[in-house]
Amino acid sequence: MSTPLACEVDTLIGVKWQKPPLVKRAWLRWTLIAGFAGYLVAAFLTIEVNWMRVYEGLDRGAAFVLAFTSPDFTSRAGDIWEGMVESVVMTVTASVVGIAISIPIGLGAARNIAPLPVYLACRGIVAISRALQEIIVAILLVAIFGFGPLAGFLTLSFATIGFLSKLLAEDIESMDRVQAEAIKASGARWTQWINYGVQPQVMPRLIGLSMYRIDINFRESAILGLVGAGGIGATLNTAFDRYEYDTAAAILILIIVVVMTLEYLSGIIRARVQ
Amino acid sequence: MLRLKKLLKTYKTGDEALKSIDLEVPDGQVLALIGPSGAGKSTMIRCINRLVEPTSGEVWLDDTELTKLSSGALRQERRQMGMIFQEYALVERLTVMENVLSGRLGYVGFWRSFLRKFPQSDVDEAYRLLDRVGLLSMVDKRADELSGGQRQRVGICRALIQNPKLLLVDEPTASLDPKTSRQIMRLICELCAERGLAAIINIHDVALAQMFVSRVVGLRLGALEFDGAPQELTPDVLTTIYGEEDWEATIEKVEDDEEEQVA
Repeated sequence: MSTPLACEVDTLIGVKWQKPPLVKRAWLRWTLIAGFAGYLVAAFLTIEVNWMRVYEGLDRGAAFVLAFTSPDFTSRAGDIWEGMVESVVMTVTASVVGIAISIPIGLGAARNIAPLPVYLACRGIVAISRALQEIIVAILLVAIFGFGPLAGFLTLSFATIGFLSKLLAEDIESMDRVQAEAIKASGARWTQWINYGVQPQVMPRLIGLSMYRIDINFRESAILGLVGAGGIGATLNTAFDRYEYDTAAAILILIIVVVMTLEYLSGIIRARVQ
Repeated sequence: MLRLKKLLKTYKTGDEALKSIDLEVPDGQVLALIGPSGAGKSTMIRCINRLVEPTSGEVWLDDTELTKLSSGALRQERRQMGMIFQEYALVERLTVMENVLSGRLGYVGFWRSFLRKFPQSDVDEAYRLLDRVGLLSMVDKRADELSGGQRQRVGICRALIQNPKLLLVDEPTASLDPKTSRQIMRLICELCAERGLAAIINIHDVALAQMFVSRVVGLRLGALEFDGAPQELTPDVLTTIYGEEDWEATIEKVEDDEEEQVA
């Protein structure tokens, strides 16, 4: 029995070993690589650049950048404050409502704990929420509810559901099945099973994702103002319309400060809950 | 008394994990279920408390037939069956106390368990059990801070606090070192004797099984191949269960172990 094996080994000794390539057929592999490179070059060639326009635009760009050296927090302080408060209110309310709705939908969208009809319904909600981009939803809701933070709040709540439910459901689907099984074996009812067997496993991620979503909601609230959904974005938009780059710079700096603070806070909290 | 009648499990993939198992386990008997990987040991244990739904056949726990029960009635019956798992299956982010008390979930309502307000008698019993297994000082530690042997002790407490009639034990020592394995097996068997519990212990370590139990059942490819006292496990029997191999060493080792214990 050992002789044929030894022979096989002898033919392999001294032969260079290489990891098997991802695409086995050499001609296909090279066609794919060449095709991709060719497309990349062709794609770059189709981008038109009007160098005259760029030259003229440089001045405006410079004015914009220079405004950051002298940001004007004071002359529109009232507007900025109002916009900021509106954005924060929008962020907090939308995050709380969105997260509260996301949790049951997330549970329903996890195949390992929800029956098929519930799963399909919840996945449907998630899919719709994710398919509709925030700006599009905001435009629709502004059309329905008029200008102002209500449209922004609803938009962000809606977007939070798609984001958080999906990621929560995926975390539940990849949990350790045996831990949950052990709780089930004790005769626990469904709610207790979720509370003891599932929740402890997904809680850190849920908190981390929620913090991350609050962060995103604040940034989005700055964008949503551009389509009339209230918040600091509206103030920023007005500043641009008036060519008040110094005020715009002040607003952008504030947004950056808030986002970085949130980022820092969520980092601390996520480290704590592990 | 646990009785399995023509218990059969065929998975969706077509694998016949159990082929018509008939088995009786009287009250207070500790039984070791041995057999190679994939013989259906885990499936059999899980078919009893229906973590895996059997395809056909009957499971009788005293006078109740379990396979036809509604989910509510099944929950009631699951309280009678404590389960101990291979990789401990503690909820890692819960404390030792929460893990032990989770064995009482079948007896308390949702809000009580949600607020962690268990009846004082349950908490007292948890302290007593943790003291019995030597983990009283670990009560508020998180389960993932414990060593393997300690975790399995917590797992044992969780199963016992259910106040079960029967223990279903799935490879309790598979991820433990030899010394801890013996300690855990001894603890399980002692506790069963103290409380008059019946137990089915899945175990792949034949020598360890022979050391502690009074009855051994051998499973091979989903069918019972052997049912008898541990002394009756001869090389021939082990060959029918596991296939051709030199078994003298395994059996000799057992004898050595026993002498060592007597000494």
